[in-house]
Amino acid sequence: MRKAELIMAIAMGIASAGLMWKSAELPIGWIPREGPGGGAFPFWLSAGMLICCIWIIVRWFRGYFRFHGETPYMDRETLLVFLTGALSLTVMVGSIYLIGVYGAVPLLLIFYMRFIGRHPWSLTATLAVVFPIVTFFFFEIILTITLPKGLTEPLFYPLYDIFL
Amino acid sequence: MEIINHLFDGFLIAFEPLNLILIVVGVTVGLFIGAMPGLGSVNGVAILLPMTFLVPPTSAVIFLGAIYYGAMYGGAISSIMLGIPGASTAVATTFDGRPMARSGQADAALIAAATASFVGGTLSVVLFTMFAPPLAKVALAFGSPEEFALMLLAFATFIGLGGDDIPKTFFSIFIGLVLSAVGLDIVSGEPRLIFFDIPGFFHGVNFLVLAIGIYGIGEILWTLETNKGEVEVSRLDLTFKKFVANMIRLKETIVTMLMGSFLGFFVGILPAAGATPGSLMAYGVAKTMDRNPETFGKGNIKGVAAPESANNAASTGSMLPMLTLGIPGSPTTAILLGGMVIWGLEPGPRLFTDQTEFVWGLIASLYAANLLSLLVNLAFIPAFIWVLRIPFTILAPIIFILCIVGGYAPTQDMHDVWLMLLFGVVGYLMRKLDYPMAPTVLAIVLGPLAETSLRQSLLISHGSAAIFVERPIAAAIMACALILLFLPLLKFFVGKRKK
Repeated sequence: MRKAELIMAIAMGIASAGLMWKSAELPIGWIPREGPGGGAFPFWLSAGMLICCIWIIVRWFRGYFRFHGETPYMDRETLLVFLTGALSLTVMVGSIYLIGVYGAVPLLLIFYMRFIGRHPWSLTATLAVVFPIVTFFFFEIILTITLPKGLTEPLFYPLYDIFL
Repeated sequence: MEIINHLFDGFLIAFEPLNLILIVVGVTVGLFIGAMPGLGSVNGVAILLPMTFLVPPTSAVIFLGAIYYGAMYGGAISSIMLGIPGASTAVATTFDGRPMARSGQADAALIAAATASFVGGTLSVVLFTMFAPPLAKVALAFGSPEEFALMLLAFATFIGLGGDDIPKTFFSIFIGLVLSAVGLDIVSGEPRLIFFDIPGFFHGVNFLVLAIGIYGIGEILWTLETNKGEVEVSRLDLTFKKFVANMIRLKETIVTMLMGSFLGFFVGILPAAGATPGSLMAYGVAKTMDRNPETFGKGNIKGVAAPESANNAASTGSMLPMLTLGIPGSPTTAILLGGMVIWGLEPGPRLFTDQTEFVWGLIASLYAANLLSLLVNLAFIPAFIWVLRIPFTILAPIIFILCIVGGYAPTQDMHDVWLMLLFGVVGYLMRKLDYPMAPTVLAIVLGPLAETSLRQSLLISHGSAAIFVERPIAAAIMACALILLFLPLLKFFVGKRKK
């Protein structure tokens, strides 16, 4: 657990320095008759972030985080749960470009319900069909928010003709 | 008299058919969301906010307000029936609610929680009605320096009263403020913090993307880890005769409910405090006041009534600074505030003069939402129990999908969906190391207002920071902010001296 504290602080410290550098693309000082430059606000806040990270790192070296003991940041089971969640979502969002929301949604449902939850195919298939239909009517017809459809777009033309 | 007239007009708005339907739907949805382990009002409001673009702003805020209330009521259900708090605001309810359920008194605990929530919610709306208009009048005299001082006070409250690790809280506030600066510079219009020249950054980082990422995706990852989807639901045996007997039993909790309501309301007003510390404090006071404090933690009904009245009262209290000063009192009200900006409303004291219909419609709807929450809560208890039995392997993907679609809807840009995913994952990893996430959401909402008021103030004063101490109101608020900022440091030295 203690190592995770240090790694996070270093990673965030690097990100803070990057933000400072990026903010400095705009003036960070005082501009006569205009006030603070456009980059001043994010620059000094990023500097604050960096100071906080240094503060955390100093505390780490002084043994502040010893109270965590030897508890691991993530045990094997937790890591598996986390990776399953994060990777399945990443694959789902990535696949939206290709098969659209209405292709990706059933895939995620099938993955979670059938392969992780071991629910029967009948329940899985019902939700995998019903949920995208409800999503379509709620977002596209009622809210008129068009969701990305990727290569499946032409399949929706007849539905547009009927409902929109 | 003027207040009563406004309130009457507000009721006419709240009881319009559309708004009444939205209140009923909102409290029902909120109750279900609140009852789910790991999900609370903030998750419900964040995930469902994009769905309110269909209705007028007044109806939208009434709907979200109803979800907020419903979720506060619902949080107790999983605390009592599962022993897992529906949200952090219902943690204290678990202390006595769960032992009551285990000893076969789940019905008494659920009825006490619902009734206490109603008492807390209603009393706090009465207090809100009395305090909001005069506070808004005072706030009308505020200029940019006072506004910035208020923003600083909101952030300082998180440092002084938040109870989290100090450098991590500072970090969370700073990162939220930096994220709010992405896009175009508010004064010069020049592009700012456009990473890798990705066009999606030009429209900035929508607060909703961050809120759904943290409170939707991050929260589900957290719940998947902590619960592993396996929970034990207590048995519930509720008949009409038992219901009446339980209602009569509540006589002994009247003083506790009143105490919880007043305490919760005033704690809720403080930006960083909100419902969780409010309910914990009420529990502590109820225990101290009781003749038999040793019975607390073993199934004392007052241990359910105190936190439940307090957390509902605090949820109303947190709306007071949001509507009158433009400063949210809790993460949920921070999201509501962001929603108001999206709907084209300017949060702050002018709302009371420029948007009376909106403000009083909302206040009146809170009275209605309270009553309906009580009725829906009591009527649907068996349905909530059924929902609690739904395996998390079904709920998790559905919530994930709602998050992704909800994150896409406001800007209709896949860039925001990726950002939301990133925030969810990083937020989860940071939360595991006790980085508080609520200040980040508060900061991204208040960031643009804070930057504008700071830059305007410095322009007025030609770069002199003395403007924040020369004006009496700004100076007083600044002094409070500084006291809160240095409070942890003071505690540290006092503690060291005692040792």
